[in-house]
Amino acid sequence: MKEPKQMSVSAIQNGTVIDHVPASNLFKVIQILGLDRIDNQITFGTNLESKKLGRKAIIKISGVFFEDEDINRIALVAPDAKLNIIKDYEVVEKKVVEVPDNIIGIAKCMNPKCITNFESVTTRFRVVSKKNVALKCHYCEKITNQENLQII
Amino acid sequence: MKNRSLVSIDDFSTEEILRILDLTEEFEKEPTRKLLEGKVIATLFFEPSTRTRLSFESAINRLGGKIVGFADASSSSVSKGETLNDTIRTVSNYCDLIIMRHPIEGSARFASEIATVPVINAGDGANQHPSQTLLDLYSIRKTQGKLDNLNIFMVGDLKYGRTVHSLMMAMSRWNATFNFISPEELKMPDEFKLYLDNLGLKYYEHIDFTDIISRADIIYMTRVQKERFSDPIEYEKVKNVYVLRNSMLKNTKPNMRILHPLPRVNEIHQDVDNNPKAYYFEQALNGVYTRQAILCSLLGIK
Repeated sequence: MKEPKQMSVSAIQNGTVIDHVPASNLFKVIQILGLDRIDNQITFGTNLESKKLGRKAIIKISGVFFEDEDINRIALVAPDAKLNIIKDYEVVEKKVVEVPDNIIGIAKCMNPKCITNFESVTTRFRVVSKKNVALKCHYCEKITNQENLQII
Repeated sequence: MKNRSLVSIDDFSTEEILRILDLTEEFEKEPTRKLLEGKVIATLFFEPSTRTRLSFESAINRLGGKIVGFADASSSSVSKGETLNDTIRTVSNYCDLIIMRHPIEGSARFASEIATVPVINAGDGANQHPSQTLLDLYSIRKTQGKLDNLNIFMVGDLKYGRTVHSLMMAMSRWNATFNFISPEELKMPDEFKLYLDNLGLKYYEHIDFTDIISRADIIYMTRVQKERFSDPIEYEKVKNVYVLRNSMLKNTKPNMRILHPLPRVNEIHQDVDNNPKAYYFEQALNGVYTRQAILCSLLGIK
């Protein structure tokens, strides 16, 4: 008997599907995009098998279409994420994320002597390298690179 | 430049830096003028720095301005647990400009964003100290007659030395050649060498400089501090290599001048002080004129 093809996460009629999110960063993506604070229907699956990532997560958000600027904010935690824009159950557009030029309020400065680690200041970085992500702190001017990158 | 803050030397364009240096020249000719009459300047020193504070206060006093402030954090509301945010917002109401020294890096940028008056960074931890860089540039231009194509020797602690990093970045605007002389443990960090590589500027690294000293236009000395060494034996081995003595200056160029951000401990032997090539005390005097120029520029008076 043939196994019926089943989707791990049910399809949506209109909205955005974010695929290829590293399973370990699913909740960070949810937090960065503020998905925990909206009323739309959201379904997600995690620890799904992925040849590329090992274990991936997928998020389907009904009735939401993101601006590039907003979606690029997840590039630090989900650099391989792929977006499918769904209209009437059909994929009408595919997008990839791109590391933006400036990162505001997502990453933590790795310099323990930086003012952002002492007072309530929103962190701000200029991206000095996109390939191996390197962020220059707007305040202390020190570099935070991929290895020391921590998401707030 | 009116109402701008000075947090990092990179905040100013090359034209703006030159304008400050020209203005400094004006103040050197006539340092006592009533340009700041009626102005109140706050000097907030969350960390003691006698030299920088006195230099700023002398600059203000000679121009007839009034000073409010504190010389260390223990005598301020910070000791009661006030945030920097609150201190700056409050002090903004009392003065026309804030001069701040603070041990935390990035504190000056943060202060400049919340203050309603211009902020001058008088040192934020190991990060920036732009008025020092401007007075160094002024001293170089005054003694060499130009800033272009000079051979700059930087000696001592190049790893932690905030002044050498800022000066190096600033001088890179004028096609300088750099010679970095330091012990292995205190070498110029890679990020700064990368910066020069990207600009295509030449630099050379040395452990000792007795053989090459004749090429220098400027020798910028800094202190090698014992605390910086993980191994005290390493310190004992190198401590005398980075001491400048009068006998070493025999074959140096006639235009060569020795600079030092001060305070000096033993890295320049006192027998150098009477050599006409020793310039560090004049350099400190130039600091007063440079700070007068910065103050008047940011307040829109000059």
